[in-house]
Amino acid sequence: MKEARAAASAEDICKAASEWLVKRHDSGEWSERDEMELNVWLAQSSAHSVAYWRLEDLWGRADRLGALRRSAPEAEPIRSSLMLRMAALLALIIVLLGGAGVAAFIIAPQSHAYQTALGGHRAVTLKDGSQIELNTDTAIRVAERGSGREVWLDRGEAYFSVKHDDARPFTVYAGLQRITDLGTKFVVRRDSQKLKIAVVEGYVRLNASDGVSHQNAAILRAGEVALATAGNLSVTNQSNAVLSEELGWRRGVLTFHHERLADAATEFNRYNAQKLTVVDPSVGRLQIGGTFPISSVKEFAESAKEILGLNIIRRGNEIIITR
Amino acid sequence: MTDTTEFSRGNPHGAGADPAMDALKQWFLREVLPLEAALMQFLRRSGRGKSEIEDLCQDVYVRVFEMAQKQLPHPVRPFIFAVARNLLIDRIRKDQVVPIETVAEWETFDIAFEGPGLDRVVIAREELRRLQTALDLLPERCREAVILRKVEGLSRREIAQRMGIAEFTVNAHLTHGVRALADMVYGDPASLRRKP
Repeated sequence: MKEARAAASAEDICKAASEWLVKRHDSGEWSERDEMELNVWLAQSSAHSVAYWRLEDLWGRADRLGALRRSAPEAEPIRSSLMLRMAALLALIIVLLGGAGVAAFIIAPQSHAYQTALGGHRAVTLKDGSQIELNTDTAIRVAERGSGREVWLDRGEAYFSVKHDDARPFTVYAGLQRITDLGTKFVVRRDSQKLKIAVVEGYVRLNASDGVSHQNAAILRAGEVALATAGNLSVTNQSNAVLSEELGWRRGVLTFHHERLADAATEFNRYNAQKLTVVDPSVGRLQIGGTFPISSVKEFAESAKEILGLNIIRRGNEIIITR
Repeated sequence: MTDTTEFSRGNPHGAGADPAMDALKQWFLREVLPLEAALMQFLRRSGRGKSEIEDLCQDVYVRVFEMAQKQLPHPVRPFIFAVARNLLIDRIRKDQVVPIETVAEWETFDIAFEGPGLDRVVIAREELRRLQTALDLLPERCREAVILRKVEGLSRREIAQRMGIAEFTVNAHLTHGVRALADMVYGDPASLRRKP
């Protein structure tokens, strides 16, 4: 450790730290290998850690500059060609509403169940080396057979990093949708109203989960996000940076860009027993940005107070944000 | 089937890092980093060159951090200045040049620097203002890249297209930007008061 310190000047270390930081947060290219190499570099010397944290802290603070800009963000363009491809699928989904999910549940072979509580985060490694990361309040069941691998996402959100095998398809059932891996990393989030599938790497095939509708299958590519509600399905494109921020929970952070305060509060409430409440809709529509540790409810409320000029009231396990 | 791993929340370096290290990091950011302005001012008074001062500042951080791994110092400020003073004295011994009056000045420096504790709200407001001022002081193209990234939220590729430069150059602007901002905001906030 001492040698590393003596060998490099503070300036060199600071430069190296800034390169790591920008690669990690801004380049849109960050692999698990990079993460490992960064951790090795950080562990090499206290000077490395300290220099990195200092810049990381500054860079996080600089996100607040974005909160000053109040104009509405531009909507991501919806890919119309894909919309057409999805129309047939959508019709099928409506027909199948109510039946297929239950069927998938009944035919489940012997399976293992995993879950997380509020605020939980857990990784499951399957026999084949595929990995599943469970976000807060999530329940899955997994069946691994010779003929294929199946996962039922019963509630919550999970990130899948799949070891692709043509002979043993990897399929995720979530409500009425069936997602089949075509060599990939993707995340599926299910709540009562909607299902969201975002593809980080590779491709997935999306079907209604009746098992016969291959002709209606849609292929989602890396960067595409499908959002399905009972009567609607849309696909949008998102940049790597946005996708990686949406997966911030894997690193323990939440990132917002021009997020409505009400939506940001809902997001925090997914993870924490201490709840944020925004009563006034005009307050809920104010926009905020920044990156926050998932458990930093209090700090988030303080930031909202400070940046947007609001007040906060603490009542038991609740923080009310108001004018 | 299976290995499972429980992650601790609030760990910015992904899975598996040490929670004790994370607590130490939070302590460092909360207690030590805000003292950088005072520390740098103190080190600058030694009349040493810029890169030597930066090295000294880094050495102070490393020593404080390594001592904190054994036990968190409390209170922090006098501890940090004691470390800085010792490091400076070591350097002077090596140089074998001792300007007596300078040493005497150091002895009282951090006490004189102690002001009333600022309200956190005031600090947050002041910090945002400082950041904006620091941003204005960045070189033009560098500032543009930082604004496109941090304010507009564009990806590196989008920034490269917008500015008509290579993604590699965007990286160079951003890495320079974050270092320059940190040096101004943490290390030399006085520079931000002088230039509006």
